[in-house]
Amino acid sequence: MQIKDERNHTGSVDEQSLVQKAKRQDLRFAIVGFLVLVVAMITLLALVFDFMVDGIPRISADFLLNYPSRRPEQAGILSAWVGTSLVMLTTAALAVPIGVAAGIYLEEYAPKNWLTDIIEINVTNLAGVPSIIYGLLALGLFVQTLRLGQTILVAGMTLALLILPIIIVATREALRSIPLEIREAAYALGADKWQVVSSYLLPAARPGILTGAIVGMSRAIGETAPIITIGALTFIAFLPPAPVQDTFPYVNFEWLNSPFTVMPIQMFNWISRPQAGFHVAAAATGVILLAMTLLMNGLAIYIRYRIRRGMK
Amino acid sequence: MDAMTQVEDRTAAIGGAIRARVENLSFFYGEKQALVDVSFPIYDRKVTALIGPSGCGKSTLLRTLNRMHDLYPGNRYQGRVVLYPEEIDIVSPKVDPMLVRLKIGMVFQKPNPFPKSIYDNVAAGLWVRGIRKKSMVDERVEQSLRQAALWDEVKDRLRTSAYGLSGGQQQRLCIARALAPEPEMLLLDEPTSALDPIATARIEELVMELASSVTIVIVTHNMQQAARISNYTAFMHLGQMVEYEETALIFTSPKERRTQDYITGRYG
Repeated sequence: MQIKDERNHTGSVDEQSLVQKAKRQDLRFAIVGFLVLVVAMITLLALVFDFMVDGIPRISADFLLNYPSRRPEQAGILSAWVGTSLVMLTTAALAVPIGVAAGIYLEEYAPKNWLTDIIEINVTNLAGVPSIIYGLLALGLFVQTLRLGQTILVAGMTLALLILPIIIVATREALRSIPLEIREAAYALGADKWQVVSSYLLPAARPGILTGAIVGMSRAIGETAPIITIGALTFIAFLPPAPVQDTFPYVNFEWLNSPFTVMPIQMFNWISRPQAGFHVAAAATGVILLAMTLLMNGLAIYIRYRIRRGMK
Repeated sequence: MDAMTQVEDRTAAIGGAIRARVENLSFFYGEKQALVDVSFPIYDRKVTALIGPSGCGKSTLLRTLNRMHDLYPGNRYQGRVVLYPEEIDIVSPKVDPMLVRLKIGMVFQKPNPFPKSIYDNVAAGLWVRGIRKKSMVDERVEQSLRQAALWDEVKDRLRTSAYGLSGGQQQRLCIARALAPEPEMLLLDEPTSALDPIATARIEELVMELASSVTIVIVTHNMQQAARISNYTAFMHLGQMVEYEETALIFTSPKERRTQDYITGRYG
């Protein structure tokens, strides 16, 4: 003989249909989500594809090694990609140490009071300020008041300001996500605050901080408005002084004070020209810019992978 | 408390020395009082077990002994915990929590090795104390791992990640890490609650062995464990210390009704 279901309330619920309903719900959501994703991906891919069809045939060694020119078929992006690389280097060198230090201070050292609260709110809001505002600040402060000139250093400082909030917020998030147990274990050994931060929290937070830094750099590499605002030139037919030399002290920071152009400005300039040849050159520049961004992201993913593997 | 004086008299008679004395200790999480006027001695190179139902304050009490509560704002101590032979009051605001933690080691409920190599984990406490000389660190690492009965299992892979060890091995690693700087006292906060019975048995054995060289205070929710491994047992309930006795006595002839109800399983 089989057992009968004698439950009073739950027995009357049709459990089979509940399961069916849940399954249908999941399926509906999955389909909608997938469609949205497809639409977004197709739009993006179409854009990139169009870009590539126009730009890729134009890319050659000459294109990478020539300076801009009045004749579209001879124009190249040597000064632009060197400029972008140097500006990015300066930006990273300034924004990462300052941003990480500020994040550590706010998360670990700052007393919890109204002043800290105000700073926190401001840092978060700064991440949303339009980039041209940073450009205006840099023009007023760095270029006009401090008379630093329209140089790579000023561009790096401006973009560093722009991405500082991103790095600060990422650092804090990364520190906050470290399990309490690790923190307590370190303190229980008698470690002081700096030892806990430098030996245990920072290494564990490295992947998160790195992600934040790359998100920031990816934003900075494509910025045009603040760089134009500080007065970067659009036509540069020379390179900054080399950073290394064969006489003592072998390194040279003169390049920081050099005028420059960057890839987005070069693109912007070419697109606004009437000749179709410059439009093709602009598309080709776009492809290279995209490749540089992907390269940077790829490098970050690789480093993150190495760190994670080293920790496990 | 009369019973406690009797314990002290008996222990003094057999030459037991006091390592620390908790005197009228109260503790507050903000407004909420978690410990009420707790007093008891902690004997040198003996195992003292803190037992009691969930939320009775046994972990809170343990964490006052190395000032863990100072990591979070709004907590307050009242009373004294005198550590001998220095005679410093380890819960006094004048004493830096770091100084206390340099003297008193701790092992937590969940194994919490650092995401580093086995060697680095054990050496961590030495490096924190500025001990950098390689031969010395090597020697202490080996000695601590031997003390924690882990050496034979890990000696060939000291440079591999601690996360590759099993839960029980990780907990013994945490014990080795706490032992390496030769603490004056070792606090164990339910060290076996996340482990299987075999790993638990190994840790229990280890605790009994260690008791010959270091003073141990252990929190456990497992009464059999307290009965097996401790010399003295304190029963806590609602933030108060209901009874403190030699372990052999508290489980056979508890004086307090609440203790008896708890150890016979009427609540808990």
